[in-house]
Amino acid sequence: MSLDEVLRREGGQVLATLVRLTGDIGLAEDALQEAVIVAHSKWTDDDMPDNPVAWLTTAARNKALDRIRREARRTDKEREAVALLDQQLAVEPNEPTDLLRLLFTCCHPALSQEAQTALALRTLCGMTTTEIAAAFLVQDSTMGQRISRAKKKIATAQIPYRVPEDHELPDRLPGVLEVLYLVFTTGHHSAEGSLDSRVDLAAEAIRLCRMLVDLMPDEAEVRGLLALMLASHARRRARIADDGSMVLLADQDRSLWDRAMIDEATMLVERSLRRRGAGEYRIQAAIACLHGLAATFEETDWNQIAELYRMLERVRPTPVVRVNRAVAEAHVAGPERGLELLEGVTGVDNWHLFWSAKADFLRRLDRRDAAADAYRRALDCDMNETDRSFLEGRLASVV
Amino acid sequence: MPKYAALIYSVEGEATPEEWAAVMAGYNEFGEKAGAAGVILGGEALEDTHTATTVHVDGKGGQIHTTDGPFAETKEALGGFYLLDCKDLDEAIHWAAQIPGAWHGRVEVRPLIEFNEGE
Repeated sequence: MSLDEVLRREGGQVLATLVRLTGDIGLAEDALQEAVIVAHSKWTDDDMPDNPVAWLTTAARNKALDRIRREARRTDKEREAVALLDQQLAVEPNEPTDLLRLLFTCCHPALSQEAQTALALRTLCGMTTTEIAAAFLVQDSTMGQRISRAKKKIATAQIPYRVPEDHELPDRLPGVLEVLYLVFTTGHHSAEGSLDSRVDLAAEAIRLCRMLVDLMPDEAEVRGLLALMLASHARRRARIADDGSMVLLADQDRSLWDRAMIDEATMLVERSLRRRGAGEYRIQAAIACLHGLAATFEETDWNQIAELYRMLERVRPTPVVRVNRAVAEAHVAGPERGLELLEGVTGVDNWHLFWSAKADFLRRLDRRDAAADAYRRALDCDMNETDRSFLEGRLASVV
Repeated sequence: MPKYAALIYSVEGEATPEEWAAVMAGYNEFGEKAGAAGVILGGEALEDTHTATTVHVDGKGGQIHTTDGPFAETKEALGGFYLLDCKDLDEAIHWAAQIPGAWHGRVEVRPLIEFNEGE
């Protein structure tokens, strides 16, 4: 394994241990960076340390200690950190709790969700500020400021570096899952450029979620989220044609789907659905798996999918869920039922998928003028180029 | 004798060490003068608003909602304050959420500036 690979796979773990030891994310990042520079000059392919993670952790810990000692003006907190670091001579780098602590600190509800997402990607996935800025379509400087303010708030307001107690988890875990899912969807369905221009982010979200499943094996919603990501990610290659255009679920070449990934997702869902009280991620994962298990589009179990969407709407009554439910029910009961379900949905004027669903129902009812109007409304919204060219094609087919 | 709270509003931003020193000198001067006159009962400096967390509760004992940043004043007005001595922000939020203002309005939690000894 090269140094870059070690950092990619284990960098989050090393950083998490350092944050525990120093109590300061900024200091931990700087110290790790200094240790990496030393590693770059010392490590060669033939001469790697036996345990690169332990090597990096110890080297970075010593750098952090040097720095705290060097700084002339020491606050009480830093004095405490020195005392702590002195005590902890034996570093235990493979303590998975460190990763959980860091994840919960990054996703603390006193931080904005944007800051939570950016911090998690930066500290746990080792992404650079530039990479994160590009993924969320903001300027480098904006993202840099967002991350540094969040770090400052953690330090100044003393957001604790700890895993919430069991009784706090119902309040804290959903926020963490939301951040992971946001990272995934940002990668899976890019808002700009081509549909899969940020697919690396989706892979990072899956990596983080796998880690969370290992760390919290009893949380059914965590497994549900992993299953949802896997079942969606399994279809990524079939979504886009060679010319970059979007391929609808109905027209996808199902041999391009990643079977192993769908099987893993299905196994996770079956295990987690046995638990009482289905959560939103488990339900969505079950829907994604039903799509994944249908050998052809015609064999899709729309009855069960529509039922799952009705369940989902009870747990999470949002316009997005309503629109998806309408699409599923239209497959069972026809496009009129779909239109009926879209009536009275509010707050979706700027969401292209609402208009395209409505347009599709109208098109299937052969109400071409109304369909054309709805496609035009859809095209007035912001969307990526893949979606746009698809909708332009549909509009042309009804006028 | 009646007592008064003097609430200080100022423009936030990155100050140079010189500007910061000048501001501190001004506060030290006021502190000495008003302290000698015996009118200061207490006072603290707050960290900037980027470190603030606003707490709202759905009724007494209800779900706690926290948002990043200061309370954006609308029709509510500043009505009082507590100084809380807590081990971390989680404990501060835990107590802030039990102040009736958290369900009648909002409670903004902001750390105090800790001045090092000798400064």
